[in-house]
Amino acid sequence: MEATKLTQNQILEETALKHFTFANPPKELTLESGEKLGPITLAYETYGTLNKQKSNAILVLHALSGDAHAAGNDGWWSNLIGEGKGLDTNKYFVISSNVLGGCKGSTGPSSTNPKTGKPFGTDFPIISIGDIVNAQKRLIDHLGIQKLLAVIGGSMGGMQVLQWMISYPDNICSAIPIATAMKHTPQQIAFNEVGRQAILADPDWKGGHYYDSAVPAKGLAVARMIGHVTYMSDTSMAEKFGRRTRANNSNSKFGADFEVEGYLRYRGDNFVKRFDANSYLYITKAIDNFNILNGNKNLASIFKNLAAKVLVIAFKSDWLYPVYQSQEIVKACKLASVDASYCEINSTYGHDAFLLETEQEAYLIGNFLNTVSNGHHGGTH
Amino acid sequence: MQAVKTEHKVILDWVNEGASVLDLGCGDGELLAQLISQKRVRAQGIELSDVAIQCCIAQGVSVFQQDIDTGLSEYADQSFDYVILNQTLQQVKKPDFALREALRVGNRVIVSFPNFVQAAARFQIFFKGRVPVTKALPYEWYDTPNLHFLGIADFKDYCKKRNIQIEASAFIAKNQQLKLFANLLAETGLFLLRSS
Repeated sequence: MEATKLTQNQILEETALKHFTFANPPKELTLESGEKLGPITLAYETYGTLNKQKSNAILVLHALSGDAHAAGNDGWWSNLIGEGKGLDTNKYFVISSNVLGGCKGSTGPSSTNPKTGKPFGTDFPIISIGDIVNAQKRLIDHLGIQKLLAVIGGSMGGMQVLQWMISYPDNICSAIPIATAMKHTPQQIAFNEVGRQAILADPDWKGGHYYDSAVPAKGLAVARMIGHVTYMSDTSMAEKFGRRTRANNSNSKFGADFEVEGYLRYRGDNFVKRFDANSYLYITKAIDNFNILNGNKNLASIFKNLAAKVLVIAFKSDWLYPVYQSQEIVKACKLASVDASYCEINSTYGHDAFLLETEQEAYLIGNFLNTVSNGHHGGTH
Repeated sequence: MQAVKTEHKVILDWVNEGASVLDLGCGDGELLAQLISQKRVRAQGIELSDVAIQCCIAQGVSVFQQDIDTGLSEYADQSFDYVILNQTLQQVKKPDFALREALRVGNRVIVSFPNFVQAAARFQIFFKGRVPVTKALPYEWYDTPNLHFLGIADFKDYCKKRNIQIEASAFIAKNQQLKLFANLLAETGLFLLRSS
């Protein structure tokens, strides 16, 4: 019993949210937009132990609505990260940080603007996936890690993986982009735009300066509802809800009669409790603006000289980030002779599969990481 | 470790140390794993089956889950020292196109296929009047992955017609290499090819 208690305490200690602050004026971080931002705080959690050579560190990168709490109770990727799991914390030191622009402990639009003493709101500068990754690099430097064993993430997390491959190719041994894209299509931008418009149309949004009054709850909830529709698939929704009805106690002719309506409303309302509407605006913009081929880079040269091993994973039922977008990443790897693998996992979950279809994912990732950490590279490169 | 198949021994012999190798239809990655450990090659597989992909990754073999009928177009000319079609050519939709693509992408191409006109098969057709089911051709007509039927002599004719140079060949029956009467006796034919 005593031993169990100790382990419990260790877990609590390990999963405690930590903070790292850098870019203190006058050494602010220059963003890709040219604007300067500082000081910047990143909230992060770590799991497992960093070895003496500091060679077993894996950086986990979250998606749009994620945060630093990836593992342990209620962790968004707790099926994948832990003792004996795909990202085995007995072997690896796993780092997960909340993105720049986020609202779960990292600097974002809801943080206090040092110049005014009030929350930034829409005075917060536009940020990019590149800025998010540059901030993460500072955290990795702070932790004394020269080379990460792997960077891994799905959806927007996968975009950050791709950005690491471009910005810091010499600081990673391997990269695992999952259910992601090198740039958003008009369809993907369109869904994000509808979400943003829902927030902007909420009278409580008040141009983004709502922090001393009611938050734009309805707008953010609708944005989240749209998001959820795009994360599921026709099949997964049919399986989960069918046309089942529920008790409608609202006296309204337009209450939530179907289970799917109740589910979306519940998800929307719940999201408002844990997420900031302005962060949603800034982060979706960063996702839409992301284009790994920006700056006159072409597909053939984009991963030139990348020595890292790559594992690209996509899901067959994902219509938000269709498999062809992952195949495009694979094509770039082929053209640059990058040592890469590509797997299309059978799943009915749609885009959500990267969070839910963890059994196959864990098997692939666990074996891939074994190969990477054993330095089992296929000869000369 | 599993005993190395005679076919694999031949291929291991043909591939140079440290070469780059693309295996089309690499299955569970066994051959590539052997090439990595014994010849330190830079290996890449292409395979369609979900289960086989998992096996490849588990063995540390890099693999793309793609259809080899389309998957080669993204490679530049001569991007590999060797392209391998090990028991694959007879299963693709357009073998002529696949082989031309393999010769474009690879400096050399290694092809192996079951010899459909081997004696046991001839015997079954001639005396039993049945489509053959033999050790090298273990499938019934209704569930075979093989789409094309060729013999050793057919393939040699084809290479001549297409101006493909045969640098080496090997013929296998009962896990032994054959010297004579390959078209009649061999269960499997292997060829090391290069464009002329």
